[in-house]
Amino acid sequence: MATTEIQRERRPIPSPRTITTEPRLSDKVFRGIVTAGGLSSLVILGLIAIFLLYQGYEVLVEEGFSFITSSTWEVITDEYGEVQSYSFGIAAMVVGTLLCALIAVVVAVPIAVASALFITFYAQGRLKSFLVAVIDLMAAFPSILFGFWGFFILMPKAEYWAMLLNKYLGWIPLFAVDDRIFTRSPFLAGLVLATMIIPITTAIAREVFDQTPLDRVQAAYALGATKWAMIRNVAIPYGRGGVVGGAMLGLGRAMGETVAVYTVLNIVYQINWQILFGAGGNVASLILLKFGEAKPLEIKGLMAAGFALFVLTLLVNFLADFIVRKTGSKGR
Amino acid sequence: MSINTPEKKVPSPQKPWKPSVAERSQSIAVGVLAALASIAVVALTPMKGLLPFLILSGIFAIIIGYLKGLIGRGSTTAKNNAVGVLLGLGMAIALIPIASILHTTISRGYKGLHWGLWVDDMSLNTSTDPIAEGGLYHALIGTLIMVSIALVIALPLGILTAVYLTEIKGRFARPVKFLVQAMSGVPSIVAGLFIMSAIVYPITKTFSGLMGALALSILMIPTIARTAEEVLLLIPNDLREAGVALGGTQWRTVAMVVLPAARSGLVTAMILGIARVIGETAPILLVSGGGDAVNYNPFTGPMGSLPFYVWKSFFFGTEEATTRGWAGLLVLLSFVIVLFFLARTLSSRKVRR
Repeated sequence: MATTEIQRERRPIPSPRTITTEPRLSDKVFRGIVTAGGLSSLVILGLIAIFLLYQGYEVLVEEGFSFITSSTWEVITDEYGEVQSYSFGIAAMVVGTLLCALIAVVVAVPIAVASALFITFYAQGRLKSFLVAVIDLMAAFPSILFGFWGFFILMPKAEYWAMLLNKYLGWIPLFAVDDRIFTRSPFLAGLVLATMIIPITTAIAREVFDQTPLDRVQAAYALGATKWAMIRNVAIPYGRGGVVGGAMLGLGRAMGETVAVYTVLNIVYQINWQILFGAGGNVASLILLKFGEAKPLEIKGLMAAGFALFVLTLLVNFLADFIVRKTGSKGR
Repeated sequence: MSINTPEKKVPSPQKPWKPSVAERSQSIAVGVLAALASIAVVALTPMKGLLPFLILSGIFAIIIGYLKGLIGRGSTTAKNNAVGVLLGLGMAIALIPIASILHTTISRGYKGLHWGLWVDDMSLNTSTDPIAEGGLYHALIGTLIMVSIALVIALPLGILTAVYLTEIKGRFARPVKFLVQAMSGVPSIVAGLFIMSAIVYPITKTFSGLMGALALSILMIPTIARTAEEVLLLIPNDLREAGVALGGTQWRTVAMVVLPAARSGLVTAMILGIARVIGETAPILLVSGGGDAVNYNPFTGPMGSLPFYVWKSFFFGTEEATTRGWAGLLVLLSFVIVLFFLARTLSSRKVRR
């Protein structure tokens, strides 16, 4: 009895364990790796900007402001292949890009919003899941498919539609043409781009409308609202931000599209505002068009054009994000 | 005794919102009436063809729907009916292109299908040769190699980004979220140009499959990251708390609880990433060179790919070449559709569990 007590007294009292929020080494390593991976998008975007700027820097400095304001793109060489003079300006291409993308958005957004509303509030059961699947599938179609479909199927039809528009609505400056050439016009490119961005915009708008609070929907119905009254007063105010964001994303996609536009648009180095006339521009298509035979100097110009396109799409995306956040908080 | 009387009538569940037979036949009647009216107009006036017929049907359907509501119940219902028809029309217009695309690709592409497609390449043939000669074996191999390399690069980065956004939620979570969004908007040709300016010109000086793969991985990362983020957000917090409560560090919790729980969703993210880049054409045209012979080595020499095969075929313009192009598109489209439905089944299984 006594011995055990002595032994107990002798046993050293353990000091209290230090409690710490300091992560262990494994967690530190883990967090480091994940953060590094998470910042990869920042690194890649930064590298894209740096390298394109580095390659196109010379041309950008040389041309200065006229890179955006002039619309001649030419390299004049003598008979030995030496460069005599050159001038790079992408005004026509930028205008063309914006024009095609705007046509696409104007055509696509009403259709996309109508489809999204139909899928969310009218279609039920199997029809609904079928429509959702079809729209999502279409969003996954490669752009080359849209391009050649537009070239072989849509182009003859769109040419006819353009003639009709010009015949009956030609008094509106937008639909006027100087020469009656309707093939490969910005209008056609805009229609092809519209078919490409309808699924994207529809998918985003549908997701937003799907989240309309059920209690508000039911409250509207309980007050005797018809379906349309409910949509107008509950669903649309709630989903407005998301729809605008979806439209902006579609705009960004339409501005950066290369292959589909290249196949259906006639690229001309002249600013053209007549959407039905068969001449247009597109920065991405210009790059694809010129890259094959480009000499080192012209490649620098193309890199500068790529940089401009990159900045333009980033800006649109930034704006989309901003609008969604701003209107999103108001609607809810 | 009174307790055990099941004869007491239990009202069967009703669905008052479900349209009755009368209502359904009425809405069908509206459609038929509109079609008949527009047939009459097309027949009697100089306007001919399918296009005016469809447009007129739409307009008539809206008007008749409106009138039906107006006569039956008043202007509010009339407006409601008209908008309902309008939205349905919008849906129909959205579906027309996809139907047309599917129909065109299948009806024009199947003529170009033959067994040789899977075993031959185009090294001894040109696109204008008879269809039975040559094939797209080189293109399949090229696409497979490039997409695999892109996947090896993009999958870890995409999932790490998603884990950063959902598990660590660090200081940069918000900017990273925005940047991933912005990155998904990077035009594909810019990705190609970037690889060109950063690697091909200063370092390798030649085109190769690896360059194409690098460009594709840039386009793949945001798709994978966003899908994976959505999936990880669906994992209930209880699982994470349980992992931590059992004494797991964050590393163990994420690696052994969260990620395995999200497994099928992550596979979905991977498949969607593949579907995103498999048909990407512009960067491939810029940096992979595009060969007609089989090339198993991604580090040297030009490498063919499906989109390049399609692209090249269409530019010959002859009937054989165009048929080849459509056949290539059909193969590409079938890959996309298979991948898409694979992703769908996987993700729906996850929801059911």
